[in-house]
Parts: sequence; C-alpha cells; structure tokens
Amino acid sequence: MSAELAAGPAGRGVAARAASAVGRSRELTLTGVMVLLCLVVAFQAPDFLSLSNMSQVTTLAAIIAIAAVGEAMVIITKNVDLSVESTIGLVAFVVADVLRQKALPVPAAWLVGVGLGLALGMANGVIITLLRVPSLVATLGTLSIFRGLDFFVAGGHEVNLADLPAGYSDAATQAFFGVPLFVILAVVVVVAVALILRLTPFGRQLYAVGSNAEAATIIGIRSRLVIFGAFAGAGLLAGVAGVLWGIEFGTIYATSASGVALQIIAAVVVGGVTIAGGSGTVVGAALGALFLGLINNALLLLQMPQELLQVIYGAVILVAVSADAIIGQRERRLAAERALR
Amino acid sequence: MIHRVHQLAASVAIVALVAGACSSSATPAPTAVPSVAAPSAAASVAAPSAAPSVAPSAAASPSAAALTVVVIPKQINNPYFDVAFKGAQKAATDLGGTVTQVGPSAADATQQVPFIQTATTQGVSAIVISADDATAVAPALQAAMAAGVKVVGYDSSPAVGAYNVFVNQADTAGIGKGLADMACDEAPNCTGEIAVLSAAQSATNQNAWIAAMKTTLKDPKYKGLVLDGVVYGNDDPQISTTQAQGLLQAHPNLKVIIAPTTVGIVAAAQVVRAAKKTGSVFVTGLGTPKGMQDYVKGGEAPEFALWNVTDLGYLAYAVAADLVNGTIKGNPGDTFTVPSLNNGQPYTIGQDSVVVLGPPFVFNKGNIDQFVASFGF
Amino acid sequence: MTGTPGFATDSGATPGGGVQPAAERRSPLQRLPALLRWESLLLLILALLVVEGARISKFFLTGSNFSNLVSAEMEVAIVALPMTLIIITGEIDLSVESMIGLSGAILGWLWSVGVPLQVGIPVVLVVGALGGLLNGLLVARVGVPSLVVTLGTLALFRGLANVVLGPNAISNFPAGFTAFGFNNIPGTPVPWTLIVFAVLGLAFWLVAHGTWIGRQVFAVGKNKDAARYAGIRVGRLKTALFVVSGLIAAFAGVILTSRFSSARSDNGTGLTLVVVTIVLLGGVDINGGKGTVPGVIIAVFTLSVLQNALRLAGVSSEYQAVAVGLLLIGSVTAPYLARQTRLLADRARRGRPPPAGSIAPGEVVG
Repeated sequence: MSAELAAGPAGRGVAARAASAVGRSRELTLTGVMVLLCLVVAFQAPDFLSLSNMSQVTTLAAIIAIAAVGEAMVIITKNVDLSVESTIGLVAFVVADVLRQKALPVPAAWLVGVGLGLALGMANGVIITLLRVPSLVATLGTLSIFRGLDFFVAGGHEVNLADLPAGYSDAATQAFFGVPLFVILAVVVVVAVALILRLTPFGRQLYAVGSNAEAATIIGIRSRLVIFGAFAGAGLLAGVAGVLWGIEFGTIYATSASGVALQIIAAVVVGGVTIAGGSGTVVGAALGALFLGLINNALLLLQMPQELLQVIYGAVILVAVSADAIIGQRERRLAAERALR
Repeated sequence: MIHRVHQLAASVAIVALVAGACSSSATPAPTAVPSVAAPSAAASVAAPSAAPSVAPSAAASPSAAALTVVVIPKQINNPYFDVAFKGAQKAATDLGGTVTQVGPSAADATQQVPFIQTATTQGVSAIVISADDATAVAPALQAAMAAGVKVVGYDSSPAVGAYNVFVNQADTAGIGKGLADMACDEAPNCTGEIAVLSAAQSATNQNAWIAAMKTTLKDPKYKGLVLDGVVYGNDDPQISTTQAQGLLQAHPNLKVIIAPTTVGIVAAAQVVRAAKKTGSVFVTGLGTPKGMQDYVKGGEAPEFALWNVTDLGYLAYAVAADLVNGTIKGNPGDTFTVPSLNNGQPYTIGQDSVVVLGPPFVFNKGNIDQFVASFGF
Repeated sequence: MTGTPGFATDSGATPGGGVQPAAERRSPLQRLPALLRWESLLLLILALLVVEGARISKFFLTGSNFSNLVSAEMEVAIVALPMTLIIITGEIDLSVESMIGLSGAILGWLWSVGVPLQVGIPVVLVVGALGGLLNGLLVARVGVPSLVVTLGTLALFRGLANVVLGPNAISNFPAGFTAFGFNNIPGTPVPWTLIVFAVLGLAFWLVAHGTWIGRQVFAVGKNKDAARYAGIRVGRLKTALFVVSGLIAAFAGVILTSRFSSARSDNGTGLTLVVVTIVLLGGVDINGGKGTVPGVIIAVFTLSVLQNALRLAGVSSEYQAVAVGLLLIGSVTAPYLARQTRLLADRARRGRPPPAGSIAPGEVVG
C-alpha cells in the first residue's frame, strides 16, 4: 500500500518520498517520536535514560502492551472490549488467592489465570456473536459483571505480599542483559500475534471482517466465528496481563486494575489501529503502550505538576487520532485523483 | 397469539432477571436485640451558614425498639474499612443492636450521599460515616440528624455541625508528629531529602496529617530533613506505583518516602524493593501490619504506624449506641466508658465533639509478627 | 458509519428490528409501532420494579424517598438527552463526565476568587459549549471517529479541571445556590431539578420527534451519505449536537456542584457509563438511526428506581453495577431472542424455510 503511494507526483526527491513513507507508517512515526522524546527529556533529566528508570517504565508498559495486543485484535474487527480491565483485575486476584491458599503450585496457578482470561473472553464472544449484542453494549455490561465477580471472590479482603510464596514478585525485576523479563515476554507475544495475523487465514479474515463485514460474509468468511476468536484471544492475552499484573504489584485488591481499560484503548488507538476497523497492527498497539508509558514517566521526571499529566495525555491522544484522520483523508483524496487520471 | 406469548416471555425473562437482582440481600441476620429506651430528642445542631434548611417530609422516625446502625465507609471493599467494620460487628454482638455496612465502590463523596439518604429514609438509629468530602456529605447528614438519626463520624470527619460525635483514630497533630519522627528515625542522622506519597488530592484526613507534619518539621530538631514535595497516588495501586517510581527517579538523593495511606505505603515499599534500593531509600507512614509484614522484615520499611483499626470500628459503634440510648449527648466534656477499650478508662469528648481513640502503635521488625497475630490485619 | 463500533453485521439486536411477513395476522400488541413496544416493555419493568421496591421496604413509597431517588439522577438525566441524539446519529460523547467536573471546577474557582455566581454560571456554560465545539469540529471537520475524540477529551477536560482546582475543594457556596440543587419545591416532595429535567425533556422530545431538525438527526443516523445527498449538512448538524452536549454537561456540572455544595476536580467521575447505559436502556440503537426520547426518559426513572430499590435492600454498589450490567445486556438480547423464537415458530408452523423477507437486513446467515 505505502509503496505505490510513495511514487507520488513526479519531481519529489527521495528524501521527501522517504519522509512521506515514514509518515504513512504509524509504527515508524511513533518510533521516531519516541526517540525524539527520549533525547529531549534526557537533556533536562539525564536519569530518564538510566537503566533503572527504563527498566521500571518498560516493565509496566509491557503489561499494558500485552493487553493492548489483544484489544487491537478486537478493534481491528470493528468492535471494542471495555471489559479488559475487569478481566485483568479478576485474573490477578484469583491467581493471588489460589497461591495464598496454597491450593496449587505457582505455574499451575498461572495457567489457571490465563485459562480464566480465555473463559471470560469467550463469554464476551458468546454474548456478542450468539446473542447479537453490540460489543460496546456487551462489554459495558461485562465490565461491571466481571468486576462484581472480582468483589465477590475477594469478599472484602486483599491478598498481601506476605501471603504469597517468598520472592514472588521478584520475577518482575528479572532481567537478561539488562532487558527486563516482562519486556522479553511482551516482545514474544507481539511477534507471535503479528505473525499469526500476517501469515494465517485467521489473520486475514480478521482484517476482512473489520473492513467490511457484509462483504466478508458474502465471500464465505464466517464472520461471527472470526469475531468470537478475536474476543477469545483478547481474553487470553488479558489473562496473561493479569498474571503479570499480580507479579508486578504483589498486593492485589478487589479494585486492582480499575481504570486501565482507557489506557489500553488509548495505547491501541495511538498505535495506529483505527476505531473504524480493518487496519492497524499489533506492533503499533504495543508501541503505543510504550509511548504512553514514556510520556507518563517523562512528565514525572520533569516534575511537571501532576495536574498536567491528564491534559497532556488527552492532547496526545487527540493529536495521534487527528493525524490518522488527516492522513487517511489525504490518501483517499490522492487515490481518487489518481483514479481520475 | 404466539407472538404475544413470545413478547410476554421476553418481558418475563427481563423481569425475572431484575427481580432476581432485587431480592438478593446483603443484610446479615440481626443479633439479639435488647429493648432500648426512646432516643433523646433530635440533637441540637448548629447549622453552618452554607447549609440549606431541608424539610424532612414524611421520613420515618427512628425506631425506638431496636438499635440499627449503618456504617458508610469512604469506599466499600477497602480492606482498611472492612477491618473497622469487623470491630463494629464485634461491638454489636457485645452491646446489642444490628449493624450493616454499605457504601460506594469508589471513594467519591457524590456516591456516598445516596446511601446516607437511603439510611435516613429507612429510619435507622444511627449512621457511622467516614466522609469522602467533609462538606459534600454535610447537607445529607444534617437532614438525617433533623430526622432524628444520630451521626457518628470516624476516620475522616464530616464538616463540623454535620455530626453528633467524631471518633478520631488518633490526634491529628500527634499523627503529624509521628510521621515526622519516623522519617527522622529512618533518615541517617535525621538528615536527607524526604517526600510524601499521599492518597487522593482532596482527601481531608491525609491533607490534615500532612499539614501537621509540615508544622512539626519546622522545629529545629528536624532541620536536616528537606521535604521535596507531595505527590498523590489516589489510593490506586497503579498510580501510587508510578508516582513512587517518579519520586525515586526525580530525586536521586531521596532518603525517605512517607506514605500516610495503607495503599500508598505498600506501593512505595514494593517500588523500593523492585528498584533494588532497599537500604538506601526507606519507606514509612501508615500501613496495616499484614500488608507491610514482608517489607518490615525485608528492610524497606523499618518503621511505620497505625492504630488498632478494629478498635476504631468498635468505638464508633459504641459511641453510636450511647448516643441513641441517651448515655451521652455528644457535647464537649461528656465522658463515657467502653468496657473492652482503653483499659476501662473513660473517654472524654473534646472540642468540636471529637473523641480520640488513643495513641497509634509503631510497628517494627521486633513486634510486627505479634501485631499481625493480635490485630488480624 | 464512522462513529461507534459495534457488531457490524447485524441490526437485528435492536428493539423492533425485522420485517413482518405479510401474511401474518397481527395482534394488538404487534400493531403498535415497533418502538412503542419497547417503551411499553420498559414501563412494565418500571411498574414491576416499583412493586418490588415497595415489597422490599416500607419506606420505598414515601415522599422523601421519591425526592432522594429523583434528585440523585437528574444530572445524569439531562445529559442523557443530547446523548440520545448524538447516539442516534451514530456518534458518541464520552467526555460528558469530565465536562461536568470541569464546569464545576471553574465555577468553584471563580467563586473562590470573588466572581459572583451570576457571572460564573454563564461563563462555565460557554466553556461547555466550547468544549463541545472542539469535539464536534474534530469529528465533523477532521473526520476522527467520535469514540476516540471523546476518549481524548475525556482525559483532556478532566486534566483541565485538575489544573484549575488542584487539590482544593471549594464549598462555601451561598445557601440559595445549594438550595436549588438539593431542595424540593416547598411543601412537596418534588425536587427543583426535576422541573429542569421536565422542561429539557419536553424540549428534546419535541425537537427530536416533531421538528425538521429531529428528522435530520434520524436521517443521518440511518444513512449518512444518503442524508448528505439529500442536502442535509451532516457536519454542521453533528457539530451542533456536540456543542449542545457540552453545554448541557456544563449545566449538569453546575447542578451537581449545587447539590453537594462542593466543587472538586474529580466530581462526576464515572457518570459517562451511567448516561450511556440509560440511553441504551431507553431503546436507542448504538449503531444509530433508531431510538426515542420518551424511551430514554422512562429509562431514567427505571434505572433510578432499580438502584434505589437495590440500595434499600442493602445491596452494595458493585452488585448494583452487576444488576445494571445484566439489565443492559438483557434489554438488548431479549427482543432479539423474542424475534428468533418467533422466526423458529414460523418455520415450525409452516414446515418450510421462511420467505426471504423475514431475515433482517444485514443479518449474518451462517
């Protein structure tokens, strides 16, 4: 897609064409902006680029990124999953609770958590594909229902670090050659899902359903099954994120992960996955999570007033999606002009 | 005909759903209820100038036969308040009456008000409340008092005039001094940079304690301590974590993080451990023994404090019971005793109708296990 | 449809969707226009909830309870009115809760520096309109889907509220101001704010169902491009709707501040989901093009009665949220299931596949 449009009106230099190609690739643009951000902030606060700071930031961003990959799959099919934060919270609590009661060894508990996430995602899928409830409505409902389940399981208690096996949360600080474990996990997840989307029929069907669901059905794609798969996958990845959340924070409350759904959706959207469906990549979504994490951290290090955090957060989202829309419009206009020639 | 049946079936399905939700009840079975004398006439309330006069309009008057107490914490399912509630339940068993806890799922004053109003409508004997915002709940509480309901504040005070008695867990100035002293103990030679990780930006009690701490810090004894600033974690674990991380990075010479909130102190300790700064950065503040047990032993938080939260709930209920049966009126100077608290010594109600639970406990490696066992939280 | 994502392949989940085979006899219930059927259902649920509420607590049917029940929902109720029109055009406005907080924060701050409320209130209304204009321009001019625009402004407006007020809570408002939000009309259990809602509700009802503007809104919702070719200025209409939404949200912020006599930067948090829930409960299709204002008005009372009854039964708010979530899903599923069972009954009765017309447009087969 970008290649043919890059060969624009005659007379544009290589640099200009390269720049416009980068501009059209959200992933490259984001990476460029992040590099710029790092340079600018490091100037003012050199500690920004320190290993310890980067480790902390990227570890948290990795958890969001994994959930964002799942959410991206859903949004590509032109749906939305608001319940992801309740899934993360419920999984984190159940895993912690199972370990507190010493009911299972640690790896088994983790599997239970991921399995629970898958089950919750499939529940969403059933409500949306079988009961035909629009995803915004359905996940608005399951957002409350899953959280209610979380409160029910918690029964008024939290799980303290002291209740968990010794050294449980140390996994969050493990690093290999300076790269935090969670980041490695996130990269593995992103690469795996990206390959699935690029190389398997399921991946192509995901984009087809998101672009034009009726047309997809006409050519024989089982749209409902594809959408079910997207939500199940999102649930599975939210389960993984929930397990990691538990390791990172140690102490888990019934309210843990409240409010993180908007962060995840913002990451996906900033990462170039349009809400209108049919385009965007999971790599972009993961980069979006990293970008927003870096901004949050930069503002803290620059000692900006806490009040400005939200303002800048909102402004970043608006700029990113406006850029999307403007570029999209220009591409459509250029394509239309070219078609007329 | 069939079509009508199907429409009806759909309606029934929805209604059954809704009816099922309606009939699920959270009220526990009432404990044995002794007969209680009629409550004293509506307590005299000095209405602050900003409050409207509200007509109670046919609200039920509190029952004279049974003591019913509703506890409204800042936030439901918050472990701190659940422990206090257990204390209130114990008091209900000892002193008679029934107690239930209801409240908002977020620490939001606007969501607390409907619960206050519902309790008033139901004609409960007393409301025990920890206010998310001192003034936002005041009109509703005053309406309750006008309808004959006794109002006891605990943990976080409603505005003066909107309660009969406020049970303060500890003296505000004392908490402030305690925070300063613990920071002084943890910073080497009482010297170094310190910072505060608080709860919500507009949290009344935390802001009061921080203000008291700043006043204490003016004393020459603490001149080596430099306060870098106050950040807010909203009692949200994730926000508290990123704020604590930000503190560590923005102030490389930081020595002590003071977190006067049970959620914040845990987050700060975990961040110090994860950043491998144990032994060079210390954490103190207010936390539960169980929540901080691992970090006391690990060295991230050598010292921190809290009061007996169970006793706080117990005392609040006891005060409510005494108000309802007329033992006390809630005026400064009133004294009363609660058999299982304060070693049997009487409590005295002070200025602004505040009664203090007692001095906080300071936890450290030496006593943490014993406190976890005896407090249970 | 650029705005709200949903389950794109099926519009059969909406109340009243589907085509009637011509040969059927129609019962009296069937003869009601499709959407009135939804309102009748909602009224039935409301009535049953009232009965259930009275059973749960003898204080349910008292004047003070009515007053509490109603006044607690009025801010959300008036915001639901423009939200209805916005969702009918296929868009959504998530930023309303933050505008409620921002307007309250600005009003409080102005009051604290000595600006009288008579000046402060118009100022925040203008701010609300401007915020709505930002939303509208980004959606209509730049072409960004409204879900993400208002996601961004949700954060932006809340951030601005924090900047304006910081950690302070302003609470020394004059008694007259608080009386407006908190009090009833003297001698009755009717809150003043109910009058406000009644007036606005009637106005929106009229505009949506009785004027050319309302017809434009529905036309845009059903088919944006067809509406444009028919000469409707779609962009201008949508922008205007967002401006109105911002204005009304700012007004709701004033009422909220009055009712609690307290301006805090976090006021209104969480209200967007409640507003959207009410609109969806009222029978408005999230995909646009269908819905009624009276349905939403009934939904306002249905939801507040439900929450009030649950509270009187001692149910904690997170389980109330579960009940609302189930109700939301149920309210969309039930008509669909009803239609499906009717189709199955048709097939069983006739013993052959249904005629082509009985599959809803866009319904996925297989």
